[in-house]
Amino acid sequence: MNWTWFHKLASPPHAYRIAARLLPWFAWPAGALIAAGLYGGLVLAPADYQQGDAFRIVYVHAPSAWLSMFVYAAMAVAAAVGLIWRIKLAHAVAAASAPVGASFTFLALATGAIWGKPMWGTWWVWDARLTSELILLFLYAGVIALRASIDDRDRADRAAAVLALVGVVNLPIIHYSVYWWNTLHQPATLTKIGKPSMAGDMLWPLLLMMFGFTLYYGAILLIRLRAEILRRERDAAWLTTELAR
Amino acid sequence: MTDFLDMGRYGAFVWPCFALAAVVLAWNVVAARRLHAAARQQALRRAASKAES
Repeated sequence: MNWTWFHKLASPPHAYRIAARLLPWFAWPAGALIAAGLYGGLVLAPADYQQGDAFRIVYVHAPSAWLSMFVYAAMAVAAAVGLIWRIKLAHAVAAASAPVGASFTFLALATGAIWGKPMWGTWWVWDARLTSELILLFLYAGVIALRASIDDRDRADRAAAVLALVGVVNLPIIHYSVYWWNTLHQPATLTKIGKPSMAGDMLWPLLLMMFGFTLYYGAILLIRLRAEILRRERDAAWLTTELAR
Repeated sequence: MTDFLDMGRYGAFVWPCFALAAVVLAWNVVAARRLHAAARQQALRRAASKAES
């Protein structure tokens, strides 16, 4: 197999330019999907027969919970690529992902707490799903803090990558927590085996929101990646000519 | 409209969730763009001082 395209993609000047060109292809569809998902979820979808209109919180809660795990997985894959093949751009992707993932983990926990109050009668319980998601937030915080605490960039990259990879063990724990333990949290709606347990007119806005959030992460990642490349390549000759354009 | 805002008496729970989501989505855009602008400014200054010396 010819790997030239891969090495070209991993070269900072190429990635810097490609990221700018790709950005609108993520940002605009993300905005459109989220807008359509919001309209579908808040206006068109009928109220739930058990939860009434409170179920609509799912349209921000589930996409942010999905993103909290998806971004972590992306960060861990980038970290592994950086460690194994010593590709610096991969570490830049991991560094750019961490704050985004942390913000959506926070959003998943916060919207979950607000949803929990009227449905379970409590903001918080130490059940397996909630606790493992809270650990995910601490993992993100740990990765960000560890990277920030080491001055040497290569060492910071490697240390953060190792921590990110160790934390991957938490992802299946979050996902399967609702099956392995007796949790207050309801089981999966979408990713369970067989058909999703949601009516079609409630389901499509959720799918739009999840897809929209994922593209949104792509857009934010591209902007942050460009910033990372600028900081990492500050002494490179290509940067001077690039900025002069 | 009032019905819509009331959200079947769950408005006090539903709307804060969507507001919080809006804040997080907006923060990510602003923070990322600021980060890029700052990095670009720094790189430009560095290039200028290198050109002088």
